[in-house]
Amino acid sequence: MLSGGDMLVRSLQEEGVDLIFGYPGGAALHIYDALFRQKKVKHILVRHEQAATHAADGYARATGKVGTVLVTSGPGATNAITGIATAYMDSIPMVIISGQVDSSKIGEDAFQETDMVGISRPIVKHSFLVKDPRKIPETIKKAYYIASTGRPGPVVVDIPKDATAPDQTYEFEYPKKVKLRSYTPASKGHSGQIKKAVQLLLAAKRPVIYAGGGVILGNGSELLTRLAKTLNYPVTNTLMGLGCYPGSDNQFLGMLGMHGTFEANTAMHHSDVILAVGARFDDRVTNTPNKFCPNAKIIHIDVDPASISKTVTADVPIVGSVGSVLKDMLEIIEGADEKPDATALADWWKQINEWREKHGIYTKNRFSTEGAIKPQEVIQALYEVTKGDAYVTSDVGQHQMFAAQYYRFNKPRRWLNSGGLGTMGFGLPAAMGAQFADRDAAVACVTGEGSIQMCIQELSTCTQYHLPVKIICLNNQALGMVKQWQDMQYESRYSESLYEDSLPDFVKLAEAYGHVGIRVTKREELKAKLEECFSMKDKVVFMDIAVDPSEHVYPMLIAPNGSMRDMWLSKTERT
Amino acid sequence: MRRIISVLMENEPGALSRVVGLFSQRGYNIESLTVAPTEDSTLSRLTLTTTGDDHVIEQITKHLNRLVDVVKLVDLTEGAHIERELMLIKVKAAGAQRAEIKRCVDIFRGQIVDVTATVYVIQITGASDKLDAFLQAVGEAAILEVVRTGVSGIARGEKVLSL
Ligand SMILES: Cc1ncc(C[n+]2csc(CCOP(=O)(O)OP(=O)(O)O)c2C)c(N)n1
Ligand SMILES: [Mg+2]
Repeated sequence: MLSGGDMLVRSLQEEGVDLIFGYPGGAALHIYDALFRQKKVKHILVRHEQAATHAADGYARATGKVGTVLVTSGPGATNAITGIATAYMDSIPMVIISGQVDSSKIGEDAFQETDMVGISRPIVKHSFLVKDPRKIPETIKKAYYIASTGRPGPVVVDIPKDATAPDQTYEFEYPKKVKLRSYTPASKGHSGQIKKAVQLLLAAKRPVIYAGGGVILGNGSELLTRLAKTLNYPVTNTLMGLGCYPGSDNQFLGMLGMHGTFEANTAMHHSDVILAVGARFDDRVTNTPNKFCPNAKIIHIDVDPASISKTVTADVPIVGSVGSVLKDMLEIIEGADEKPDATALADWWKQINEWREKHGIYTKNRFSTEGAIKPQEVIQALYEVTKGDAYVTSDVGQHQMFAAQYYRFNKPRRWLNSGGLGTMGFGLPAAMGAQFADRDAAVACVTGEGSIQMCIQELSTCTQYHLPVKIICLNNQALGMVKQWQDMQYESRYSESLYEDSLPDFVKLAEAYGHVGIRVTKREELKAKLEECFSMKDKVVFMDIAVDPSEHVYPMLIAPNGSMRDMWLSKTERT
Repeated sequence: MRRIISVLMENEPGALSRVVGLFSQRGYNIESLTVAPTEDSTLSRLTLTTTGDDHVIEQITKHLNRLVDVVKLVDLTEGAHIERELMLIKVKAAGAQRAEIKRCVDIFRGQIVDVTATVYVIQITGASDKLDAFLQAVGEAAILEVVRTGVSGIARGEKVLSL
């Protein structure tokens, strides 16, 4: 016989949960006591509930498993909201357990009461309020099932304190299977549609494979790579998809979209067939939807029917899990007598290579290497020093875009960033999650002096759990991305994007937490200092790197009313 | 175009708020909404009317289907269907007006369900445009209060919306 609290913890054990990121408080104390009395599920005490959600999220992105969060009611629950929304926008599997006030007090504005199910409703895949302790095991089973299947996402389980009370005990049985008559995620794609897609793909003269985060979430990277290699078609990735196709491969055009490469965006614009896989035609990709790729027929594979034809109409929609659909497509392609039109393809590659030579960021440095260190150089050096094999998390801003452009991700689940919500503060806790996922790996958090201060308190969590993450702070003394927009659209009126000499001494700050801080101001020492940083395998190192404050991120799609080939290439040059 | 979407969903607390929340969150409009448990008490049937072009309606049905509580749904306006709404209206009915209103009620095949010396309560069922027409016929001046249930509907013929 077990109490509700014990049943909850046992259910987590049965579910194979090894780590929970959380923060205790009144309504969750029975659960915390149940955690204390067992060893299988380890709890990580963060310093702010937002960090608990980002850390669980980072862990989920790095492993593919469901991340688990435990918070108390009221402020604990509301502090978790930003992280839940972040996970929701990027379809990350996560279960958030929140304590709630006693069920008899719900609705009375009790101390630390907040309607968690209500507040989180628009940013969860599903949620449960479990008033009856007997339903805890079944609900946990459902929560993990829903979070991890179909298009993944966060699931909230809100549990009133009395449902976890130690004085009431019940027979515990963990269900082996879940049955949800109202939830049947798509699996196999429609075979007729798949055939049609293959025909269209093989007949293409100027094809592009446009692959997004869904390929990573659906573990389809290997299949996608095989497909692209078999056909010798160019591949571009969304911000979320980086790493799903090897970034240093010659068929890779780089990222597309707002800060995508010239060759990726231009190739998209001129393509005649686009194979979109696990991507959702985000507005940061398409630019003006009705000017998007005017001559392209679009094949769209996605597990979520609601993502298909939402902003851009698909000619051949295929609803199904990316892995299964790609497998079916490959089978047909590999068995087909038809081959892609070799001459057309050769012409297409010739054209693409010309674009690469003209404005590509991988054929030549498109920034000057004089004066202050350029942020791009830092990422190039980071890539070399870590041999392209680190887990790289990022915050949001210019540093994020530079990392996405210049770190060549060759494996899936190595690039962890908040793409959909764009949450500053994500980077450090996500890096902690990644370090938990792979204790021996190099984990770098590429951040800005603005973003890092949104979850800086987690430096203390890193101390407690010996998480030797490396913080690569591109310190440009400003909210750089905001400032870039102010340069471009507001005649350089820097409204609230500067800190007026108020930045902390990050080296001393790191030291105060027991870590190592290194300041870099000279180009000549950049690489050596980075080597030094990564050689300290068991230390958190805060690299405070002074970079050119006037640098902008390019290319940049021209909006409003631009197509994908309309880009700023530098401060003065446009297509 | 006006559409009638009929949804079979789990009869669970919170299910309705998820449906309604979806509409406000994504900027779709709801013109009317009715919901009640079905003969199977674990299921509720919800009928809503909305307007939008084909693209919007497709998005609405896809997003509704994505809700974990939604079991099945159908756009009734895609096929032959029966649509009904019930309306109760309270009107001033004194002197010569009484006979006039009674005639009008008969023409619309309504019923007078409550009577006082100065007031009638009338019940009318039918498609929404019939109810609108009745209100016009009675005239604004006479109307004291109107309450409508919102549309519910069912497909004609063999087609059923069930598990
Ligand atoms: C929580 C949050 N608040 C505000 C923003 C808007 N925002 C986007 S980028 C940015 C500036 C980030 O500055 P910093 O971290 O220093 O990065 P930089 O652009 O300078 O590299 C801001 C304020 C955001 N994305 N997230
Ligand atoms: Mg900055």
